[in-house]
Amino acid sequence: MRVIQKVGDWFDLRLQLETPIRETAEHPVPRETASWFYVFGSAALTCFMLQLVTGILLALIYVPSAGEAWNSLQTLNHGVALGWFIRALHGWGSNFMVAIVLIHMVQVFLFGAYKFPRELTWIVGVFLLLVTLGMAFTGQVLRFDQDAYWGLGIGASIASRVPVIGPWAVNLMLGGPIIAGATLSRFFALHVFVVPGLLIAFVGLHLLMVLKLGINEWPMPGRVVRRSTYMQEYHELTHKQGVPFVPNAVWKDIFFSGFILLAIAVCAIHFGPFGPGGQPDPTIIQTAPHPDFFFLWLYALLSFLPPAAETPILLIGPAIGILVLLALPFVAVEGEKSWKRRPIAVLAILMIAVALGTLTQLAEHTPWSPVMDAWSSDPIPPQYVHGRTALEREGALVFQAKQCHNCHSLDGQGGQRGPALDAVALRLTEDQLIRQVIQGGGNMPAYGKNLSPAETTALVAFLETLHPASQRPARNASQAVVRGGSEVPPR
Amino acid sequence: MTAENRISRRTALMKLGVFFNGVVGVFLAVPIVRYLLSPVTREKKFGYESWLSLGGLEQFPAGQTRLATYRNPLVNDWDGETGNIACWVRRVDDQTFQIFAINCAHLGCPVRWFPQSNLFMCPCHGGAYYQDGSRASGPPERGLFQHRYKIENGKLLIKAGEMPTPGQPVARKAGGKPTCA
Repeated sequence: MRVIQKVGDWFDLRLQLETPIRETAEHPVPRETASWFYVFGSAALTCFMLQLVTGILLALIYVPSAGEAWNSLQTLNHGVALGWFIRALHGWGSNFMVAIVLIHMVQVFLFGAYKFPRELTWIVGVFLLLVTLGMAFTGQVLRFDQDAYWGLGIGASIASRVPVIGPWAVNLMLGGPIIAGATLSRFFALHVFVVPGLLIAFVGLHLLMVLKLGINEWPMPGRVVRRSTYMQEYHELTHKQGVPFVPNAVWKDIFFSGFILLAIAVCAIHFGPFGPGGQPDPTIIQTAPHPDFFFLWLYALLSFLPPAAETPILLIGPAIGILVLLALPFVAVEGEKSWKRRPIAVLAILMIAVALGTLTQLAEHTPWSPVMDAWSSDPIPPQYVHGRTALEREGALVFQAKQCHNCHSLDGQGGQRGPALDAVALRLTEDQLIRQVIQGGGNMPAYGKNLSPAETTALVAFLETLHPASQRPARNASQAVVRGGSEVPPR
Repeated sequence: MTAENRISRRTALMKLGVFFNGVVGVFLAVPIVRYLLSPVTREKKFGYESWLSLGGLEQFPAGQTRLATYRNPLVNDWDGETGNIACWVRRVDDQTFQIFAINCAHLGCPVRWFPQSNLFMCPCHGGAYYQDGSRASGPPERGLFQHRYKIENGKLLIKAGEMPTPGQPVARKAGGKPTCA
């Protein structure tokens, strides 16, 4: 033991670190903050450490070249011992990191931790969220497959809409005229050098401020933050009733971080690495590009925005969102911290969570996209052709052959871009069906030029049969009178 | 000399040193910025677009729309498959063509041609276009992007080389009728 003590003393004489480390470890924190609610920040840091280590391990094999990247990922998956596991750890680590950063942010928001004097800590935290998302997006590009390729195309198309400098921004982002080697190289530089550098710098600042200003106390309803008195109150909380950070609070951080690491490892083993998907060959167009989980909500949003509003919302929306986050600590610098006295804060979190959750869920099913192979793979349900006339069956054939099924479902099968047609005859009369098919409208292409009169007649005859047996199809009541006959019998 | 004077001389030297570094910094910044902006300024390249052959006219029967691919004019050895670009060639009649970029005018996903319904459909956000490239439905604000083309010695040549995006001035102008026939 004496030898260890001597070696320790030798180093400390030169490094002079023992005192600051001891002071940091033993600094008093408010008693109630030794809580399971205060473990998310350290867990996010743990995730980042894991990403750093696994990222370096992947860089030993990965080739950041458009011609080779995909092959090197295959080698990692299949040709290197446990390469798949390192890729899986990095991929799942990224998902966990984004999730924990978001949870940390929600906790900090609901506990009022952004109020005086921790405004700057919150602002640096907002930048940390942005760089974390930046890491997630650039990392998705490095998994250079079809999704990455077309994801870059989407990014370029969005960038091109910036007024005046749009086309330049595209060239700058792609490093040239098309998505190619230069594009991957610059995203590699961003993902491996630039963004992690920012991340480390921001994490350092963030931690420094947490240490200097002290961890946010447990919010009590009625204990209102005032600039004039807060510092004195916090000093009393920590120095009169506080406990040392080590070990009273830190043991929960340590256990939670270990649990998160274990969860990432279990996911990595059970689910394996993400992709890579198809080769990044832009001449293979049989593909349906899909972003990673944390950008799915954006994917959904992009298909629901009205075309005219899309560009302004895409360009101004994020700026407004970031400004709101940055302005928050200045708008609500004093006042109640407890979420029990801040109903609007709680409602805002719930609303954002429901909105993001709904959009993400929709993006998993992409009801706005035509099902490209429904016309050849999803048959017409037998009950819809059973006992029908030859003309009506011919109409069912037209329905398949003209790809109507790609956008319209029958009995739950097929696309959901347009309305389901199981009971369309109840909604539209024969004339209205003909008009809709020929002229389109309401987001449906016009088929007038692509259908012969015979095909239209057959198709409409088929559509006229699509109604529940117990209900009569819609009909134009005046027509029978005008034609001089009695009522037209329902088909 | 008094002590105060000496200090102010040192301060002045320090300020001069900072200024000197500022000058050197600007001197270095100019080439660095030019290097960074080279994809935009294209100093070493004579524009991104050039005339490329899609092959003989016989490959494109009149009245049909077919997929064609070409190697981008500006590529490096390490670009691999990403240097191969696809486009849709519609031969209207003997001498009239329409060459559509593969990228949807909404956000650039690859559109697919369905000859049975004469529609282009996009797998991403559900954009659809008629056979002449005009918008049929969905989120795109305009028709498909078109390349200029010409016919030389029985071969179909197109002007291409840059990925079309909605904000490009070229893309805004085109999209109507082909500029030469």
